[in-house]
Amino acid sequence: MTAPIQELRPGRTDGHEPAVRLDAVSKVYGRELLALDQVTLSVDRGEFVCLLGASGCGKSTLLNLVAGLDRPTAGEIDTREARIAMMFQEPALFPWLTVSGNIELALRVTSSGKTTKKERQARAKELLEIVHLADFGHKRPHELSGGMRQRVALARALAQEADVLLMDEPFGALDAMTRDLLHDELERIWRERELAVLFVTHNVREAVRLGDRVVLLSSRPGTVIEDFPVTLPRPRRTDSAEVAELASTITDRLRQEVLRHAQPAAQRPAGTGIEK
Amino acid sequence: MTADLSQHIAGLDALELSHRERQSLASRIWARTWPMLSAIALVLAVWELVVLSGWRPEYVLPGPFTVLADLWNRLGEAEFYQAVAVTMRRAVTGFAVAVLVGLVVGAAVSRVKPLRAALGSLITGLQTMPSIAWFPLAILFFKLSESAILFVVVLGAAPSIANGLIAGVDYTPPILLRAGHILGLRRLALYRHVILPASLPSFLSGLKQGWAFAWRSLMAGELLVIIAHQASIGEQLDNARELSDAPGLLATMIVILVIGIVVDMCFGAADNALRRRWGLDQGVG
Repeated sequence: MTAPIQELRPGRTDGHEPAVRLDAVSKVYGRELLALDQVTLSVDRGEFVCLLGASGCGKSTLLNLVAGLDRPTAGEIDTREARIAMMFQEPALFPWLTVSGNIELALRVTSSGKTTKKERQARAKELLEIVHLADFGHKRPHELSGGMRQRVALARALAQEADVLLMDEPFGALDAMTRDLLHDELERIWRERELAVLFVTHNVREAVRLGDRVVLLSSRPGTVIEDFPVTLPRPRRTDSAEVAELASTITDRLRQEVLRHAQPAAQRPAGTGIEK
Repeated sequence: MTADLSQHIAGLDALELSHRERQSLASRIWARTWPMLSAIALVLAVWELVVLSGWRPEYVLPGPFTVLADLWNRLGEAEFYQAVAVTMRRAVTGFAVAVLVGLVVGAAVSRVKPLRAALGSLITGLQTMPSIAWFPLAILFFKLSESAILFVVVLGAAPSIANGLIAGVDYTPPILLRAGHILGLRRLALYRHVILPASLPSFLSGLKQGWAFAWRSLMAGELLVIIAHQASIGEQLDNARELSDAPGLLATMIVILVIGIVVDMCFGAADNALRRRWGLDQGVG
């Protein structure tokens, strides 16, 4: 085993207010498997940070830790009591509730039952309007397409009035056109609501399209190896030359990281598991 | 830009939605009934052939027409309905108690780890125990009374119902648990809003299996525990045997079979409705 490269970057302290701060966070599974090694990272309020890495870099582990679904083995995670919402690769809607019912449940939990059913129904309708699904509240999740379900999941996350939105490859299973539209949607909502977004993806262009910063993680164990600021003006297009240029720089860096793991004896295919 | 975006989205949505057309009611009913009717016709034909072959004399094995005529006569008698009413009352009471017991035990076992270690395999063991083996003990406890019958019916059905609930809780999709956790649902709230609804399909199949066990135990009970002055289906079956009334015996057996099938079909319909609502019926056909 090669030793992990330790290239810690301190969280930014130039007057920004971090919504989420990870300080030397490590996660060990069982006795041996080091999934995350001393990850230090911060996401400011209203900042969009994309986490990028090859398979096995512990991206999802990291999100689970921030979401409180799992505990770190060492290090500290400071979420400043921010409300945290999360979207998964699957919509994870409850099939026994209607589209509107799914959102109303989120509203009900968030308000600790201090709202009336009528208020929640009205609010759910507003949230569905934000994701252009106002006419589909009475439908069941399975009656919608994959992209529409993911938008319902987004509306449900918004219902939590969260300050931090964690997204675990939320558009990974969608076709390119739907994904493009959802990028526009997400960007608009993120700006209007000044959310802090931590967005995990293995798609380099998606990361460059969306992020204020693209944070590169190494694999096995996951550590932060590089932090690319993205200064391209918004709105960006996934197929623009500028996005492609930065994406290819990042891909090259990622390739180096993947090559580090290539074992000479093993006849592995040269794929990186990365969509360029 | 925004108007353009929302139009784009509306266009994609319209393209992506699947339009499933439902067949008309008449054709759906016909599609379900004709295989059943053919199966019944086939059984009756084979039965008639066996009778015609002279394998057993007619007073032991009467033909289908004799039996159906006997059944028709019974359907006109008040005594028949009283017997069915008594049996169904026992079935419903026993099953209701079994559901209650199954729910409580299932919920406790699925939630409390030591209880699961202690009782988990015992419940499955109880399920495999033939219910008739309980009757000597039941009669010892309750004498020849309705309580003895109910005791065995509950013991027969409750383990299946509890197991259905436990399996449903165990196989709640982890992604839904995580989603519930993210929404802020904890402990009882998580149970109420996620785990219990998610275990509904499994619970329903537990109910269905529980009903089958309850019905079998009830018939065994009514044959063994005959209570004076109280007609029941099992008692009629026993009477028919004692009087060597073969047509009556077979007619009663048909009644038992039909009641079992009809109740099972009700559970099947509930299961189908649930699958359709949840979208679990997609993919095939």
